[in-house]
Amino acid sequence: MRPAEPTLLPPSLLVKSPSGINGLDEITNGGFPQGRPTLICGNAGCGKTVFAMEFLVKGALQCGEPGVFVSFEETADDLRKNFSSLGFDLASLEKEKKIVLSYVHVDKSEIIETGAYDLEGLFIRLEHSINSIGAKRIVLDTIESLFSGFTNDALLRAELRRLFRWLKEKGVTAVITGERGGAALTRQGIEEYVSDCVILLDNRVINQISTRRITIVKYRGSPHGTNEYPFLIDSEGVSVLPITSLELDSHKGHDTRISTGIDDLDKMLGGQGIFKGSTMLISGSAGTGKTSVAGHLAKATCRSNEKCLFFCFEESTNQFLSNMRSIGLDLFSEIERGYLIVKSARPTMHGLEEHLVKIHRLIEETKPSLVIMDPITSFINSGTVSDIGLMLTRLFDYMKIRDITSAFTMLTDGGESQDQASLGISSIADVWISIARIRSKGTLTRELSVVKARGIGHSDSSREVLISSSGVSLAELNRSLPPEIKNAGGR
Amino acid sequence: MLNMEVIQPDTNNWNLRLYVAGQTPKSLTAFSNLKKICEEHLAGRYTIQVIDLLECPELAEGDQIMAIPTVVRHLPPPVKKLIGDLANSERVLIGLDLRPKGQSI
Repeated sequence: MRPAEPTLLPPSLLVKSPSGINGLDEITNGGFPQGRPTLICGNAGCGKTVFAMEFLVKGALQCGEPGVFVSFEETADDLRKNFSSLGFDLASLEKEKKIVLSYVHVDKSEIIETGAYDLEGLFIRLEHSINSIGAKRIVLDTIESLFSGFTNDALLRAELRRLFRWLKEKGVTAVITGERGGAALTRQGIEEYVSDCVILLDNRVINQISTRRITIVKYRGSPHGTNEYPFLIDSEGVSVLPITSLELDSHKGHDTRISTGIDDLDKMLGGQGIFKGSTMLISGSAGTGKTSVAGHLAKATCRSNEKCLFFCFEESTNQFLSNMRSIGLDLFSEIERGYLIVKSARPTMHGLEEHLVKIHRLIEETKPSLVIMDPITSFINSGTVSDIGLMLTRLFDYMKIRDITSAFTMLTDGGESQDQASLGISSIADVWISIARIRSKGTLTRELSVVKARGIGHSDSSREVLISSSGVSLAELNRSLPPEIKNAGGR
Repeated sequence: MLNMEVIQPDTNNWNLRLYVAGQTPKSLTAFSNLKKICEEHLAGRYTIQVIDLLECPELAEGDQIMAIPTVVRHLPPPVKKLIGDLANSERVLIGLDLRPKGQSI
């Protein structure tokens, strides 16, 4: 063995086959072990077959590795039909000799056992399929069906052991699916034979929203993410949302500062605003001007010719734009210039996973340097609080790694709990700005304070937030204000 | 299974296929067992076609062969599939419908 590398994750000596599944290769640190079998297990309907098929199709299309799909359950015709809805054109992949679909029919009632036998016929079929296209990948979905076809369990187990050894010798990267059974990972204990990499899929319904999860139970000889990661199956196939505690270390802090768009706020933050690539939290109760503060940040970014992606979870795009215009922020022109992209969607419209996948995709597509989410508290209806905290943490980590500055607003209940950021995500924010509403002498005033700002010498005193037709400004706390400053904006 | 009279198919032409993978002891046993049973019960009205999958692997799919050795009765219909070296002649006879169920030996 070589001496230990100084890095935490040494370059893996294990050669891996990229699965091509969005996000999965990040948590497996590169894909499935090449030339070895991987077991994917889970309950009925949790997506095993889709995972396996995508592994083959992506392998054929992206890695130039042809593959064989051996199905013990669905006929080749059913597979072609079912996967056309995911956009996989299996028929033409078959024609191009990139994929072979092989249906193996097992039915105990049709077979009479009359003496000693082995499964050499299955081996020959697999070998024939593999050789016919020079396959580098193979899927056995689900091999446990064999147990319903033959009565001799001991023989089957011996043959399975031989099969997996044989697959290793052939050097094909295999994915074997297995049905979850009781306390064991699979009904027939297949995990006993496939010990290199075991992946568990799960589909559960919490608060009437179904969420699929993936866990890497084991991966011999390789570091891997150990959490449960949500995943989604939609018209673009499987997307796993790591994303991506494994490479968090690769984030290098930034020295560049960017303006918040509010001079007075920049002054409170050491005069230069926030660090590029950092995460800013703006919390406050209803109507304290959170969106307006976020709007300023967006405008400032666009003005420096950087792209900003703005998610409105409570207002329509037009409503948001006209509200911003009422406080003197012209965001229409930035949309026209292509520097601002506003997306509005009700968080309750989709499940949490679907939202995050969409957000990820938008970020990939538009490559913004600033992402604003207003407000993230709207997600509360689409998942449990701990789930949301976890998912948002991952989302913000993901942006951080890509050097994307992010800002999110959070609605607090007001009163005592104003400083208690819910969802447990205040800890991931680098800069936390809190706006409180103070009632004094019959008037309501908004007070902004910088709760924290990592790496920035910031002001400890609060300022009063003034929102006028020329935008947000901050003033020294002074209870007797000139009456002409009216509250023009909304939040 | 229903024990009822069925129209006897043309039983004068038995077509059996024996799938093997090379000349293994199991295949040789299966062949001699099959030959013996056929001679006893079907003398003169059967053909045995031996298919070696090592030579023609593509033929395995058509009859959905997994276990070796396998005997497939193509004629008379319906298709019957027997796996193993045919050592248990009782089961072979039942499997091939050579001894109607329920009839004592």
